Amino acid sequence: MLFAAKSYNFAATGSRERIAWLFLLPMLAIMAVVTGFPLLNTLWLAFTDASLTGRGYDWNWSGLENFAYLIDDKNFRVALGYTFYFTIVSVAIEMVLGVLVALLLNQDFFGRTLVRTLMILPWALPTIVNAMMWRLIYNPEFGSLNALLLQFGLIDFYRSWLGVPGTAMNMVILADVWKNYPLIALIVLGALQTIPKDLYEAAAIDGASPWKRFWHITLPGILGPFSVALILRTIEAFKVFDIIYVMTRGGPADTTKTASFFVYQESFSYLRAGSGAAYAVAVTLLSAMLITIYIIALRKTEHAP
Amino acid sequence: MKPVLKLILGLGLLTQASVISIGSATAEDLTLNALYMKQAAYSEDDIRAMTTAFEKDNPGVHVNLEFVPYEALHDKIVAAQGAGSSGYDVVLFDVIWPAEFGKKGFLQDVTARIPADYNDKIYDGAWTTVDYDGKRWGMPWILDTKYLFYNTDMLKQAGIAEPPKTFAELSADAKIIKDKGISKYPIVWSWAQAEAMMCDYTTLVAANQGTFFEDGKPAFDKGGSLEAVKYMKQSLDDGLSNPNSREYLEEDVRKVFSSGEAAFALNWTYMYNLANNPKESKIAGKVGIVPSPGVEGKSAASAVNGSMGLGITANSQHADDAWKYITHMTAMETQNKYAKLSLPIWKASYDDPAVTAGQEQLIAAAKSSIGAMFARPATPSYPELSAILQKKIQEVLLGQATAEDALQDAVKSASKLR
Repeated sequence: MLFAAKSYNFAATGSRERIAWLFLLPMLAIMAVVTGFPLLNTLWLAFTDASLTGRGYDWNWSGLENFAYLIDDKNFRVALGYTFYFTIVSVAIEMVLGVLVALLLNQDFFGRTLVRTLMILPWALPTIVNAMMWRLIYNPEFGSLNALLLQFGLIDFYRSWLGVPGTAMNMVILADVWKNYPLIALIVLGALQTIPKDLYEAAAIDGASPWKRFWHITLPGILGPFSVALILRTIEAFKVFDIIYVMTRGGPADTTKTASFFVYQESFSYLRAGSGAAYAVAVTLLSAMLITIYIIALRKTEHAP
Repeated sequence: MKPVLKLILGLGLLTQASVISIGSATAEDLTLNALYMKQAAYSEDDIRAMTTAFEKDNPGVHVNLEFVPYEALHDKIVAAQGAGSSGYDVVLFDVIWPAEFGKKGFLQDVTARIPADYNDKIYDGAWTTVDYDGKRWGMPWILDTKYLFYNTDMLKQAGIAEPPKTFAELSADAKIIKDKGISKYPIVWSWAQAEAMMCDYTTLVAANQGTFFEDGKPAFDKGGSLEAVKYMKQSLDDGLSNPNSREYLEEDVRKVFSSGEAAFALNWTYMYNLANNPKESKIAGKVGIVPSPGVEGKSAASAVNGSMGLGITANSQHADDAWKYITHMTAMETQNKYAKLSLPIWKASYDDPAVTAGQEQLIAAAKSSIGAMFARPATPSYPELSAILQKKIQEVLLGQATAEDALQDAVKSASKLR
C-alpha cells in the first residue's frame, strides 16, 4: 500500500519512464551478455596480436598495427570488391523479382493460396541445404542444369559452372536469389493487401495508365515495408558466408571469396584472432555505413511529396 | 521467516543431492567425445563398428561420434577449444597439422604413453604424421597416399599392355585413349581450391624431385616444383585431363572414375574397394591400381604422405580413457579387421592373409608407395601456406597466369608468413 501510494505521487511521465526502463532491464541484461560482450571482446582483440591457441589467446597490445596492415592488404580489398558485387547484384535481382512476384500473387486467380504457399518454400530451406542442392544442380558431369540447357539446345556440351572465375560468382548469386526473393515477395504482398482497392478504382476512372497507377498508388503504399526488406537483405547479403562456404569455399582462385569468408579464414584457419577481429571490425563499419546511407536516402523519399 | 529458512534448507539439500548424483554418474559412466571426418579412408560404418567393440570391452564408457567433412575438420578442432572441457576428447588430425597443433597447444603430448616397442613395428611414414619438435602428438591411424587407378577395360581397348610408370607415359597413354575416342578426358584429378589439390601437386613435386623449401626459404618457384605445375597445366591444355578437375574433390574423382568416364585417376586407398563394389560403381572388377608414376631419370614412383592420426585435445579431462580408446582404434587387430578402405599402420599387417586377401594388387602398390611418401612442409603456418599455393596454382590452371609468375608470387607471399 505504502509503495503504491508513493509511486502514485510521482509525476506521471517520470514514473512511467522509470517503469518502462524497469521492464526493459532483463532484455538489456541479455543484450549486454549476448551482443555487448562479444562486441567489446572483438574490439579489444582488434588492437592486439592475439593468436588462437589451445590455452586461449596468446596476446600483446599491438595498437593500430592490424588496421595499418588491413588498409594495405590487396587481398582484402579484392574480397571486399566481390562482397559488394554479390550484395548489389543479388539484392537488386531479389528486389525486382520479389515485387513482380508479389504483384502477380496479389491478383485473383485459381489456386492462388497454393502458389503463395509454394513460393515460401525456398525461403524456408536452411541455407546449407539450399547450397548443397544447387551444387548438385550445377554439377559439371551429372548436374540437371547442364541436362536442361543441353536439351533446349542452349549449350552444345556439359560445362563447368562453379569452376570458372566470374561464372562461379554469378551462379552463387542465382542460388542466393532463388532462396531469398520469397522474403521480399512475402513482405511486399502483405503491404499490397493494405492498399485500399478504391484508390485503384478512382484512378482507373480518372484514366490513369497501369504504369501511373503503380507509380503513384502501389509504390508509395509498399515503400515502408519494402525499404525494411531492402535494408535487411542488404545487411544479410553483405555478410554472406554459409552459401559460399558450402558451394565454392572461395574458389576458383579466390574469385568468390567474400569479406566474411576472409575474416573466418584469418581467425579460424590461420588462428590470427587479433587481425581477424580487425578485419571483422572493418567489415562491420562498412556495413554500418551502408545502412546509414540507406536510411538517409529512404527518409528523403518518404518526405518527398 | 520459517518458511524461508525451510526453502533455503531444501534448496541446499537439493543441490547437494544433485551434485552427489552427478558425481556418482561420472564415476560409473563416462562419455568421450570424438571427432572424425566423413570422407575417404574408413567409412562412418567402419568407425561406428570399431567404437562399438571398444564400448563392449569397456562397460560404462560411451563414445559420442561426430563426423564432419575433411574441409571443416581443422577449423572445427580449433573452434571447439573454446568449449573447454565439454569439447572433444579425441580428434582425428591430418599429417600437416601437428606442427601447428603442437606449437599452439591444441593437442596433448602423448610421447610417454606410446610403448617403446611400437617404434619399429609401425611404418616411419606413419610416425611422421604425429611427430613435431621431437614429440609425439597422437597415434597414427590412417596410413594413406595417392595411387594411380586405371580402368583395365579402357587400357585393353586402347591396346596398352602395361599401366604407365612415368608421368610422360601417363600423358602418352591418355593421348592414345583420347584419340581412339574411348574417353573424352582420360585423366581426372582433385584440383579444386582445397587441400586435395595440394596432395596431387605434392605427388607431382615428389615425382619431379622438387622441394618446397631450400635452407628454410620457400623455393617452389623452380626445379621440380615448377615442373609439377607446368605438367598440370599442359595436361589440361592437351585435353588429357578433365577440365572439371579444377572444381573436384576426392569424392568427385571417385564418381567420375566409377561411372567409367575416365581411364586414369589419382586418389586415396579407399577408392580401390569402392570402385570395385558393384553397388557403388559401373566398372567393378575393371579397376587397376599402381603407385603414382615417377619421372624418367628422377624417380621410379611418387607418393604424398596423406596419413592421419588420432590425438587427445588439450582440454580433455579424460585423457587416460581417451588414450585407451585411441589404443583400441589403432590396434593391429582392429586395423586388420577393417583393412578394405584404409590400410594399417603396422608393418606386419601387410603379410597377414586376412588383410591381403582379395586386394593383392592394392597391397603390392602400397608396399612400394608407403616407402616413397613425400611430406608436405611441416610448418606451423601450413594452412596459410597451402591457401597461397592453392590460389596461385588455380590461377595457372585457369589460364590467368603463367606457372613461373604465379609461383614467384606465391614465394613472395609465403616469405612474409609470420
